Amino acid sequence: MTDAAWESLSNQAVAACGLVYFLALLAHLVEWSSLRKVPVSVGAASTQSTDIPGGIAVTTGPDGEDDSAAVRRTEIFGRLGYLLTCLAVAVQFVGLVARGMAADPDRVPWGNMYEFTLTGTFVVAFLYVVLYRRFRLAWMAPIVVAFVLTVLMVAVIWLYAPVAPLTEALGSYWLVIHVVSAIIATGAFTLGGITSALYLVKGRATARDSDGPGRATGYVARLPKLEVLDRVAYRLHAFGFPVWTFAVLITGPIWAHQAWSSYWNWDPKEVWAFITWVVYAAYLHARTTAGWKGRNAAILALVGVATLWFNFIGINYFSTTSQHSYAGGAPAPITADTLGVGVEAHPLGRASPLRSSGNHRRLGSVAGAVTAPDPRDARGASSCAPGPGPSGTPGRRRAPSRAGAAGTGAAVPGRCRVAGWRAS
Amino acid sequence: MSTTLSTRPPEDDRRPGELTFGEFLRWVWRQVTSMRTALILLLLLALAAVPGSIIPQSGVDALKTSNWQADHPKLTPVYERLGLFSVYDSVWFSAIYILLMLSLVGCIVPRTFVYLRGIRAKPPVTPRNLTRLPDHASYQTSDDLDVVLERARLALRKRRYRMTLEDDAVSAERGYLREVGNLVFHLSVLIVLVGFAMGGLFGYKGGVILVTGNGFSNNLTQYDDFDPGSLFSADDLEPFSFTVNDFTADWLTEGPRAGMARAFNAQLSYQESPDSPSKDYDLRVNHPLTIGNTEVFLIGHGYAPIITIRDGDGDKVYSGPTVFLPTDQTFQSIGVVKAPNADPTQIGLEGEFYPTVAFSKHTGSYFSAFGNAVDPLVSMLVYTGDLGMDTGAPQSVYSLDKTGTAMLTKKNGAPYRIDLRPGDTVTLPNGLGTVSFDGLDTWTKIQISQTPGKWIALTGVVLALLGLLGSLFIRPRRVWVRARREGDGTLVEVAALDRSGGGDVAVVVDELVRALQGPPQPEPEDKS
Repeated sequence: MTDAAWESLSNQAVAACGLVYFLALLAHLVEWSSLRKVPVSVGAASTQSTDIPGGIAVTTGPDGEDDSAAVRRTEIFGRLGYLLTCLAVAVQFVGLVARGMAADPDRVPWGNMYEFTLTGTFVVAFLYVVLYRRFRLAWMAPIVVAFVLTVLMVAVIWLYAPVAPLTEALGSYWLVIHVVSAIIATGAFTLGGITSALYLVKGRATARDSDGPGRATGYVARLPKLEVLDRVAYRLHAFGFPVWTFAVLITGPIWAHQAWSSYWNWDPKEVWAFITWVVYAAYLHARTTAGWKGRNAAILALVGVATLWFNFIGINYFSTTSQHSYAGGAPAPITADTLGVGVEAHPLGRASPLRSSGNHRRLGSVAGAVTAPDPRDARGASSCAPGPGPSGTPGRRRAPSRAGAAGTGAAVPGRCRVAGWRAS
Repeated sequence: MSTTLSTRPPEDDRRPGELTFGEFLRWVWRQVTSMRTALILLLLLALAAVPGSIIPQSGVDALKTSNWQADHPKLTPVYERLGLFSVYDSVWFSAIYILLMLSLVGCIVPRTFVYLRGIRAKPPVTPRNLTRLPDHASYQTSDDLDVVLERARLALRKRRYRMTLEDDAVSAERGYLREVGNLVFHLSVLIVLVGFAMGGLFGYKGGVILVTGNGFSNNLTQYDDFDPGSLFSADDLEPFSFTVNDFTADWLTEGPRAGMARAFNAQLSYQESPDSPSKDYDLRVNHPLTIGNTEVFLIGHGYAPIITIRDGDGDKVYSGPTVFLPTDQTFQSIGVVKAPNADPTQIGLEGEFYPTVAFSKHTGSYFSAFGNAVDPLVSMLVYTGDLGMDTGAPQSVYSLDKTGTAMLTKKNGAPYRIDLRPGDTVTLPNGLGTVSFDGLDTWTKIQISQTPGKWIALTGVVLALLGLLGSLFIRPRRVWVRARREGDGTLVEVAALDRSGGGDVAVVVDELVRALQGPPQPEPEDKS
C-alpha cells in the first residue's frame, strides 16, 4: 500500500469509528432513558459493597411485566452499546496504525496535536472497554462514549493535520516512552476527573432528595455509592500520578537534555506539566494526610484535570515560545502558498531550523539563537554595540552577545571573540 | 496560652496569647511543618508558577521579553518590580519553595524517628471484640483450636505478615514499607533540588558559531556567548578541541513538509585534550557528544557566503566566509561585511542572502524559495565612510554603524544594490574597488554545556518515583484471627483493619476465611 492509501485508510477509519461511537452513544442513551421508567430499588445501586461495583442496579422485583420488559430492553441496548464501543475502539486502532504507516518513514502516530488526541481518546476508550467487566463500569458508558466522541470531533475538525514526517528533534526513542506515558496518565486522570465530577453531581443530588431513593429513577441515582465513586477516583489518580511523574519528571527531562541541551527550561509546557503534577500531588497529599475525602478531594481532582487539559491545548494559545509548540495553525508570514513551501502546523518540534518548520512566530529561531545581540542583555551591551537582532526569537537562554571588537572585524571576518561576560 | 489557670509559675504574668521568643519559634515551626501548611504551600507553588508561563521570561526568551516590554511601557516597571519577567528566580517564588522545603524537612525528621520505632513494633494485641470492626467474618468448624491457629499462622506467613501469636489468637500486620516509601519520596525531593541547584550554580552553557572546516578549542575567548552559573570557574573548562569537518542535511522537496530539512549531521573530529588522539563523531540532533563532563550539542545551522573585497588600490581588504543569520526557515539570511582598511574609503556591505533565490512580482523583491542552496544569491547595499570601528568601542559583527557613512546610490538616487551569484564579481563605482562572491560555506551553531548534578537530580527523581509507588501501592493492614471453643467445635473470627485509608479489606477477610477453611470444608455458608 502506498502512503497516500494508508493516509486515506486512516481518515476513513477515524470517520467510521466516530460514526460507530455515535451509534454506541445512541444505544446507551436509549438504555438509560428506558431505565428511567424503572425505579431504582432501595439499596440496589450499592449491592456490591465488597468490590468496586458499578453494575447498573436494576430491580427485578415483583413490579410486573412492564418493568421486566423495560429491563430486557435496557440490557439489550446496554450490551449493544458496549459491543459498538468495542467495535469503534478496534476501528480507531486501525486508524491509528494506518496513520503511522502513512508517514515516510513509518513512525509512531504521535507527531502532532491531531495524532495525540486520536491516541488519547483511543487510550481512554480502550481502558474503559478493558476495565468494563472488572470494575463494572456500565454506569460510565454514556459519559465515556460522549467524551470520546466529542474530543474526536474536535480533533477531526480543528486539529487535523496531514501526515508528515517527524521533525528532527522528535526522531528519538524517547518519543515513544515519553508520549506513551503522558498519554496513559492523561487517560487515567481524565477518567478520574469524570468520576470526581460524577461524585459531585451525585453528592448534590443525594443532599437534595434525601427523602428516599425509592422513587429515584434517573442516571444519577444509579451511579455507585458516593464512597465507591470516591474510591474509584482515588485509584485512578493513584495509578495516573506515578505514570505522570515518569512522563514529565523523568523521561521528559532526559529527552530535553538530549535534544535541547538542558533538562529543565521552564518552558510553558514544562511549567504546566509541573503545575499539574503539583496539583495532583496536593490531591494525594490531602487524601492521605489531611483526610480530605469526598467533596474537597473531588474539587481538587477537577482542578487537576483542568490544568492537564489546559496544558495540552490551552497554553498553546497563550504562549508561543514553547518548545513544545505543536499548536500550529498560525499562518506563515511569507508567501508559503505561492511557493509551495510548506509552513504549516507542526508537531512538537521546536523551530530551530534544525528542527525547522515552526509557526511563524518561531521562525528563524536559529537566527536568534545564534546571534541576536540583545540590547537588554547587560553582558552583551557592555561589550558590544547592540545591533538589530534578526527577526525571530532569540536563543533559549540569554541572547548571546557576539561582541565585536573594533578593528578585528576585518582580520577575523564574522568573528570577534571577546567573551561578553568577561569583558563586562 | 498562659492564663491564671495555666500550670506556669505565678510570676509569669503575660497577656493571654503572648508568647516568649522560644515559644513563638516553636509555634512558627509547628505552623510551617503542619500538613495543612504543606498543602497550602503546594497549591501556592502551582499558582505561583502560572505567571511565568504566560508572561515572557527573560531567562527563557530574552528577545521576546524585550519586545513585550517595549509594547507595554506602563506595565513593564510594575512587572519588573514584581519580578514577573523572571518568576522562577524571584523572591516570592523562592520563598514559597524554600518554605515548602522547610515544611518537608520538618515533616520528614520527626516521621523518620516515628518510623524507626515503628519498624520494630510487634503487631498489636488482638482486640477483645473482633466483630466490632467494620470488616470481619466468623465461621464454625469442627477443627481443633490449635489446628485452626496453626493454619492461620501458615496462611498469614505465606502472605508475608508479621505476627504475634497469642493463646487463642494470631495478630498480624503488614505493609511496614509504606512509610519507607513515603519517606524516600520526600527525601528524594530534596535530592532533586540539590541536583538542580548544582546545575544552576556550577554549570555553564555557551554557544559558538563555526564555519564548516573551522575548529574550536574550549576556552572562554572562543565562545560567542557564555552563560555561567554563579559559582562556575573558568578552570572547570575541559581542554578539548574539535573541528567541524562537514555539515549535511536532507531537504524535503515534496509532501506536506516540503522545505523542511532533516538528518542534520555535523561531522566532527575532536581531541579530549591536546595530547590525546583525534576521534571522529557524527554530531546530530538528539545525539550530543559527551567529552568528560561537558556535552556538545548541534543546535543550529546556516550559510556563510565567501565574500572578497578589493579596494581601489586592488588590495584584498576583506576575504572569507561571512556568517549570515537566517531569519526564517527558508533560510533567507541577513549579514554585513566590513572593510575598515579599504582605500580610498572604508566600505561596509549590508544585505540578504537567499539560498534559492526567487523574485516576487507581488512585493517587487527577492525572496528565498527553499532552504537548500540550489540557486544562491547575495543582495547587498554599499555604505562608504567611517564605519565607526576606530573608536575602540565594541561593535556587533552583524550590524553596521551607519552614523558616519553614506549609502551608495545610483545617478537617479535609487540605492546602489549589488546582486551576486557565486563566482560573480562587481566593480563598485567611483574607483572604490570590487566585491566578489567566491563561494558558499555552511556554518553550525554548537552549544556546549556542563550540567553538574544532573545524575543526582535523575537519581533523586527515580528514587522519588520508587518511593511514590511504595507509598501508594503498599497497603498496610492488620489482620486478626481468633479461635474459641464453642459447643462441639470451634468458632473462628477473622477481622481486618485497613491503615492506608482507601483500602478495601473486606476482600482480604473473605480470602483469608476461604484459605482457613481450606478444601476439606465444603460449606462456607455459615460465614456471617
